[in-house]
Amino acid sequence: MPSAFKKALDSGKFVVTSEVAPSKGTNLEKMAHHVELLKDKVDAMNVTDHQSSVMRFPSLGGALLVKEKGGEPILQMTCRDRNRLALQADLMFAASRGINNVLCLTGDSVMLGDHKEAKAVFDLDSSQLVAAVRTMERGKDMAGNDLDGAVKFCAGAIVTPEANPIEPQLIKFEKKIEAGAEFIQTQAVYDIDNFKKFMDYARQFDVKILAGIILLTSAGMARFMNKNVAGVMVPQNLIDEMAAAPKGGALKKGIEITGRMIAQIKDEKLCDGVHIMAIGKEEVVPDIMSAAGLI
Amino acid sequence: MIRSITQQKPTEEIERLLKGMDRIFVIGCGTCTTLTRTGGVEQVAAMAESLSAKGKVITGTTVVPVACDNLASDILSEFGARMNQADVLLVMSCAYGVQTLGSQLGQMVVPAQNTLFIGKENAAGQFNEICTQCGTCVIGETGGICPVTACHKGLVNGPCGGTNNGKCEIDSNKDCVWTLIYKRLKELDRLDSMRSYKKPRNHLGEPSPGKFLIPEN
Repeated sequence: MPSAFKKALDSGKFVVTSEVAPSKGTNLEKMAHHVELLKDKVDAMNVTDHQSSVMRFPSLGGALLVKEKGGEPILQMTCRDRNRLALQADLMFAASRGINNVLCLTGDSVMLGDHKEAKAVFDLDSSQLVAAVRTMERGKDMAGNDLDGAVKFCAGAIVTPEANPIEPQLIKFEKKIEAGAEFIQTQAVYDIDNFKKFMDYARQFDVKILAGIILLTSAGMARFMNKNVAGVMVPQNLIDEMAAAPKGGALKKGIEITGRMIAQIKDEKLCDGVHIMAIGKEEVVPDIMSAAGLI
Repeated sequence: MIRSITQQKPTEEIERLLKGMDRIFVIGCGTCTTLTRTGGVEQVAAMAESLSAKGKVITGTTVVPVACDNLASDILSEFGARMNQADVLLVMSCAYGVQTLGSQLGQMVVPAQNTLFIGKENAAGQFNEICTQCGTCVIGETGGICPVTACHKGLVNGPCGGTNNGKCEIDSNKDCVWTLIYKRLKELDRLDSMRSYKKPRNHLGEPSPGKFLIPEN
């Protein structure tokens, strides 16, 4: 039985996913509030896995919460903290509890987070994790042993369309698809012309592409990302537009820009949907969707 | 030439390790730590001076030619008496030397260095880690460049999303090895080698701790 998210991807509709971040601690109220706010508006919600290598409530627990609240979770799984035994175990646990969407990621370096001295794992990489999901769907574990009960997932991965150089990134992208990725959520795209070029190439593959959209909250934030976030490039005209926003109006301007970009992607049918990342501002995702004419 | 690359431990850590041991014999190494200027004649002299200034008694110092070689009898015949007067041997070689000296000389040893990696000198004074002796060499498929070592995450299927302008997400001074591998394979017209999916690595090359016996004929 395909997941609700898989059905949405196959329906041909413009798919919208968003993100919820598990808490630092056991108080899940804020996350639960975001789930309630978004569950009937988006097709699925990614639950991040120790995002930026900062230790948090687990993505698996967060995905269960989404499920309990009646939302559709996409379980983010990185290869940073678990070896192949632990990853397979968590995939089985997720599948047994009705979590049937997974986003396979390599994961950030432990050094970027808040437990810098921890041992990093990276036993598998993102493409190998996708392949492992497919192996387990056939009722086998990675060592070739029979499973008493297989898993079933709509499995995806990511790509960075603005990476420099782009060619090694695209080779990896193709390997993820070859390994069995059904959907791809991209790193943030701001330069729509550049994204069109990427889509001209990506269209040849049998995979659904959701364009990553990060909400701009200030001109400073855009400059910060350009300087510090790999594969993110906010063009100068958008930075200028943010900078020209009246005092106290930057967030409103960011919502307007984000909405406008999503509307363009949808109207021009550039790809199959969008993945909205409102990092810390999940409250305004409905406003973004409204600005994009989606609700 | 490969070298054992070391870095002196923080002073506070050395002081903590030497706590309660007031009489110290300092040993440097004439090979790797001399070349990297972490445990040669000058550094041994500076260490002895600094410890003396903190009230420690230096019973003697020496720089042995190769600390990881079996030279115990030579060292003991020359310095045995002064070593015996010491509570501890502070060794300014890499960990290979510290362990060799510790097992041969029968005295308490304390390393003054952290051993960082086995490095290849690529330019004067510049060393890079290019092999971690994993036991399951993959470089036949990567243009002779090791991603297990030179990728921070040891990835074998291509770069992660953190690579930026050909550099690594953890340090913009470190190359993204997958950019280097891509360029090398492209030059060699062997990009197919990068395109082929690599299965999860076999981590069972030689189960740690490694041990090898030359087989008898």
